[in-house]
Amino acid sequence: MKTDQQSSSTIWPDQIFRVLKDTGIRQVAYVPDAGHSKLINLCRADKSMRAVSLTTEEEGIAMLAGAWLGGERGVLLMQSSGVGNCINMLGMIQECRLPLLTLVTMRGQWGEFNPWQSPMGQGTPAALENAGVIVQPVDHADEIGETVAAAARLAFSSYRPVAVLISQRVIGFKNWSK
Amino acid sequence: MAVTKKPKITLERRDVMTTILRERGDALLVTGLGSSTYDAYATGDHHLNFYLWGAMGGAAMIGLGLALAQPKRRVLVITGDGEMLMGLGSLATIAVEKPKNLAIIVLDNQHYGETGMQQAHTGRGVDLAGIAKAAGFAATGTLYTAQQLKTWLPKIHKAAGPLFASIKVTTNPVPMVLPLRDGTAIKHRFREALLGAKAFE
Ligand SMILES: Cc1ncc(C[n+]2csc(CCOP(=O)(O)OP(=O)(O)O)c2C)c(N)n1
Ligand SMILES: [Mg+2]
Repeated sequence: MKTDQQSSSTIWPDQIFRVLKDTGIRQVAYVPDAGHSKLINLCRADKSMRAVSLTTEEEGIAMLAGAWLGGERGVLLMQSSGVGNCINMLGMIQECRLPLLTLVTMRGQWGEFNPWQSPMGQGTPAALENAGVIVQPVDHADEIGETVAAAARLAFSSYRPVAVLISQRVIGFKNWSK
Repeated sequence: MAVTKKPKITLERRDVMTTILRERGDALLVTGLGSSTYDAYATGDHHLNFYLWGAMGGAAMIGLGLALAQPKRRVLVITGDGEMLMGLGSLATIAVEKPKNLAIIVLDNQHYGETGMQQAHTGRGVDLAGIAKAAGFAATGTLYTAQQLKTWLPKIHKAAGPLFASIKVTTNPVPMVLPLRDGTAIKHRFREALLGAKAFE
């Protein structure tokens, strides 16, 4: 099995970063994930962005609701294992018709080694959809930039919650041998 | 070690809310679901009130996002002890971000009032202000008396935050008053009052 990581290189975090800048994202909430580490570093280093490390993903949903109330746009970066933590706060997103952009790196999916990642990873699209979130999966690195751009537009121009699910195929396998 | 007796709780939640909001100026307010939301409305409806009717555990973090987006405005979060206990991790996150303009106030009746007055951890030894202090909040306190509240008022509205105050209040019943419930309407009203025409761009 070959992942896209080698073929399309690892420039997609830079492409996402560019889209976030162009979208006017000011608040970046995250719970760390290896797949997001480069993007997190880019956001942390940018003076126009406030990158906020959370103790749990649902904090990010609440924080971004506050950001929008205050006139700023934000994004939530998380791993699929954190999606279940968000459900309570997603009720507010739906009731208040708040925009939400979240970029989810998938686990429990393409070539997963850790069986504990499977339940939440496999349940992620349905859990998000049940909570009223529009789900946009992306399987190939070269489609990530445009997918995030389209998702951002859908979120902030149509005032909808949108999750981009970045396939584990793109992120590559975690190396358990080292 | 001498056992320090806890002062008797005499403050009424609506009086505390009124005392705080009388001097709010142009502050932005987020209220926790249930009683805190009703108290704020009973004190006087305001377009810059974001009334929560759900999202339990989220009030403090909504306050953080708002405080970061509006660094020149004071942001007050006034919520219940049960609501705050559900989002304890947010105290750590807020302490790390150090928003100078954010004050979190818990109307601590030591119970889950909204759901039938079940006991909460705050009446059984858990010290919320102590947790906020240990997390790194700039100012923290537990208040029992009208005099303490009076001396804390300028801090609540002006001191460099993040500030955390747990105000102990009675469980005495209060008259039922219900503000706007439609979340989308509450959001639009708030954003229009704060952002003007930009709210609808
Ligand atoms: C996620 C979630 N769990 C439980 C509830 C039910 N609930 C609504 S209000 C409340 C208690 C709130 O207690 P507190 O914040 O102390 O408010 P007060 O005592 O002032 O009424 C609970 C448990 C809920 N709305 N959401
Ligand atoms: Mg209570």
